[in-house]
Amino acid sequence: MRRKTVFAILSLLALAPVITQAAGPTAAALAFTCAGCHGTDGSSVGPSSPSIAQMDPEVFIDAMQAYKGDQSNSTIMNRIAKGYSDEQIKGMAWFFAKQKLRLQPQQHDPQLARLGAELHDKYCEKCHEDAGRPGDAGTLAGQWMPYLGYTMADYIAGKRPYPRKMQRKVDAAIKDQGDKATSALIHYYGSQH
Amino acid sequence: MSDFNRRDFIRLATGATLASGALGFPGLLLAATPKVVVVGGGVGGCTVAKYLRKLDPKLEVTLIETKKTYTSCFMSNEVLSGDRTLESLTFDYEGLKRHGVNVVIDYVSAIDPSKKLVFTAGGDQFGYDACVVSPGVDFKWETIEGYDETVAETIPHAWFAGPQTLTLRRQIESMPEGGKVIIVAPPNPFKCPPGPYERAAQIAMYCKHHKPRVKIIILDPKDRFSKQGLFRQGWSQLYGFGTENSMIEWIGAAGGGTVEAVDPSTRTLQAEIEEFQADVINIIPPQKAGKVAFASDLVDGDWCPVNKLTFESSRHPNVYVLGDASSAAKMPKSAYAASSQAKVAAAAIVARFNGIEPGEPTFVNTCYSILGDEHGISVAAVYALNRDNNTIESIKGAGGLSPMDASPEQRKREVSYAHSWFKNLIEDMMM
Repeated sequence: MRRKTVFAILSLLALAPVITQAAGPTAAALAFTCAGCHGTDGSSVGPSSPSIAQMDPEVFIDAMQAYKGDQSNSTIMNRIAKGYSDEQIKGMAWFFAKQKLRLQPQQHDPQLARLGAELHDKYCEKCHEDAGRPGDAGTLAGQWMPYLGYTMADYIAGKRPYPRKMQRKVDAAIKDQGDKATSALIHYYGSQH
Repeated sequence: MSDFNRRDFIRLATGATLASGALGFPGLLLAATPKVVVVGGGVGGCTVAKYLRKLDPKLEVTLIETKKTYTSCFMSNEVLSGDRTLESLTFDYEGLKRHGVNVVIDYVSAIDPSKKLVFTAGGDQFGYDACVVSPGVDFKWETIEGYDETVAETIPHAWFAGPQTLTLRRQIESMPEGGKVIIVAPPNPFKCPPGPYERAAQIAMYCKHHKPRVKIIILDPKDRFSKQGLFRQGWSQLYGFGTENSMIEWIGAAGGGTVEAVDPSTRTLQAEIEEFQADVINIIPPQKAGKVAFASDLVDGDWCPVNKLTFESSRHPNVYVLGDASSAAKMPKSAYAASSQAKVAAAAIVARFNGIEPGEPTFVNTCYSILGDEHGISVAAVYALNRDNNTIESIKGAGGLSPMDASPEQRKREVSYAHSWFKNLIEDMMM
């Protein structure tokens, strides 16, 4: 019985290459250190550092690599991302992908949010499906609004890798509604907890 | 969960590797429900209690703390500028109870590592399989002549957030325009290395609007301090530092900044070269590990040596020391560091109870300072353990300070992230 158990454990370990491959810290141990800013298991209680729970792992990896390579403007993440290997980033990505996202209500302007909803349906929904809930284009629904604001400003200022398709759509939304387009979208996403 | 599943979960969660003869760890005879007693309800203690229960809900975890509520030191300088109330920094322990932690309000007088017992002033004793001690710092009162706990009621240290924070705030509010504030900074190592310098900025933030001719002098027994370049730049952008009309002046060791004595009746400080008189004095005394660490033979000198793989005391087995009281070079004595160490210790304790070796530790520190309404700065580090010299080393090429000459927008964002850091650290430790 005991030998059988040992064997079962060993098989299980073999099936979890990310966790057992390196002699270094596990993905969970690495991910635990993020909680002081991003909340326990990646659900931030705000007011601005983003939630990273349930994040699409590819989006997580791309974001971390962009910080690591100074491709994305940031205040602190560029300094932190450089502390991790590609493997470790991958491990953290999968850890957070498996965590349940806990969102909180945010103060928003309902009128702006209604306009944002229209803009979202017209320009954003195709990639940011289901009101921007976690997916392969990131998490927008319920994300902390100041963070969405910083990120959007950085895209527009060319301080963050800006997918061409997104740029075209954002430009179109701004052409449609002027300067309030981006804040309308932010208020809409902020309302989607 | 069955034992087998639970062990697998623990292995995956803690990174423990299979020890030889894994399923029966020699020399560890545990009850079915291993007991952990945590001494101290600050960041280290609360975080380790929460994460122990998170990693293994079967554990019986008891946290013993003197005060009924926790008041955060980090962000408490904002009370001095009037930007924040003390209540906004104060939290009860109900959240920890919801995680299944037994919270006992009592004073731990000592730990007996040979009998594995924790004794309280209330006359209780608690047996443990592992004891985690996170008592924070205590002051070396004797190092400044004339300063003691009674004097500190009128010449506050305000280095534990609480009544003294409010005393200092009231004194700043009632001091005359054109008056003088002196902050006496401590020598290294001490908790919250950027704290005294952020404090000067927060006091200046209030005075700039209400008493613009006030002078704030920092007397420092050191020649360098944390985030020095960024503080000097921020002070000069916001408070005229370096000009004739600067609100803030810093006098380091070479300039005679070491304070030797205080005369409370005249509010006069005797420093190495000259005397200073002020309307408001804030003395942050030199520091050492909290009392229970001394009472329990956990110190070597002023601090508690630990095996940095697990944070187990180097002096007594089954006792772990976290946070400010531990000798955790090269991590600073900060809230984030204590939180990070707590998670390493929790995983190591759970691994040990399950007869498996601890996983490789990983640590982070981030620390924000707010110099003005829209001016935040930070320092960050990612650390790994160098087992050869038992030193926690920051990973080269990572971490470091906010850049000098950053744009106002970046400085403003850091204020908002500082507030997020505060809220999430609190949430992660006790909610």
